[in-house]
Amino acid sequence: METSLASAPMLRPSTWPDALQSRAEHPDAAPICGGTDLMVDINFGRSRPAALLDLTSVEGLDSWELIDDGSTVRVGAGVSFTTIVEELSHLCPALAQAARTVGSPQIRNRGTVAGNLATASPAGDAHPALLACWAQVEVESLRRPRLIEIDDFFVGPKSSALASDELIRAVRVPAATGPQQFAKVGPRNAMVIATASFALNLDVAGRRVGTGIGSAGPTPLRARQAEQMLEETLIDRWDSPGAVADDVIRRFGALAGEAASPIDDVRGSAEYRRHALAVLARRCLSWTLADLPGASARQVARS
Amino acid sequence: MKVNVTVNGVDHSVDHVWALESLLDFLRERIGLRGTKNACEQGECGSCSVYVDGVLVCSCLVAAGQVEGCSVVTVEGLAPDRGVHPVQQAFLDAGAVQCGFCTPGMVVAAHCLLADDPVPDDLTVREQLSGNLCRCTGYQKILDAVYLAAERAGAAPSRQGSRP
Repeated sequence: METSLASAPMLRPSTWPDALQSRAEHPDAAPICGGTDLMVDINFGRSRPAALLDLTSVEGLDSWELIDDGSTVRVGAGVSFTTIVEELSHLCPALAQAARTVGSPQIRNRGTVAGNLATASPAGDAHPALLACWAQVEVESLRRPRLIEIDDFFVGPKSSALASDELIRAVRVPAATGPQQFAKVGPRNAMVIATASFALNLDVAGRRVGTGIGSAGPTPLRARQAEQMLEETLIDRWDSPGAVADDVIRRFGALAGEAASPIDDVRGSAEYRRHALAVLARRCLSWTLADLPGASARQVARS
Repeated sequence: MKVNVTVNGVDHSVDHVWALESLLDFLRERIGLRGTKNACEQGECGSCSVYVDGVLVCSCLVAAGQVEGCSVVTVEGLAPDRGVHPVQQAFLDAGAVQCGFCTPGMVVAAHCLLADDPVPDDLTVREQLSGNLCRCTGYQKILDAVYLAAERAGAAPSRQGSRP
């Protein structure tokens, strides 16, 4: 027993091409970076991969850079949530706020956005912010590199568009051009898997509204009707929104709740989740409107 | 699989390590350092907190092979020669220990928070210790211990030490 167990290898590529090679040659090896999802399954005997493909030594994977003339943040697959909180709160406010709510300091020091994506849990904290920002996932295999739009990435509960020979290399997040917010509810303030979560992105430069819903459907979702309604409301007011009527904010919350398809489970009932989402969406909208240049004093006071 | 790692300043080269073995099991069963506690094995409780290359982690969520070439510091390595670190002394003096099972992880996390922020406010302490659960104390004495350690370090800054 000991011999066979001890022989399970750990692959530790130090370059990205070697990582792709290892992925192709060892399809049974489970990729691991922070380990905050995979090691739990291993510790509890739910997963027994034939080998581990450790990505923590791959050169350059744990750094981020600005691309597209500074309009996009390319976050390497090995960048920890702690780094996102400390370094990206201005460029990617919603993602940084979501990162701040992940687990505990110990978990944020190890966990990564790419790991969040690879697990593809509907409750992944990064997902609503990535949806709200129209992020793209940079994946690669020996066959080819490709970019997956975030809207096409999640295909089911804990299931993604990632092919079995592919690795996530980076996530491309458009840099914020206006206020963004993320909000999440759960039984306590720390170490919580979301009961429901919501992200909102007011893309002032693009005159677009982006949303993301977490923990309230088989996959992370977008509240399309809420986005459309708010875009129509702001259409000629992006630069001087003044006071946005309370019924717009209420309608936005209601549409966010309706966009979800939650279930009853141990973390909350479907009915509670819809209600919580409406509240989270209203809060996010009030906060972001207050941060828009030209917001009225009344909206500021709401925040 | 062989793993080469420095633990509390001592180089170790360990053969026959299982690839799926956690750093927690590796430290306790292969290196024989049982200060690091195994409680939840899912990163919820923080009782297995250690430093890996100066970063606070739950050792149950790190695969042993991932620390190849790294420097690990456990609760046993906070003070030189297995002495008592000022943070540990503050836990003793404040009565922050009841059953003691969470204490090693709590001490390592408190050590890390004070290394980063020698004069932390209440919110920072609570946030930085949010990944460490205690089922006995109700936390107040633990918070008292952190403030006591911070206060004493302020009186004699050289005692506090830096993050390993």
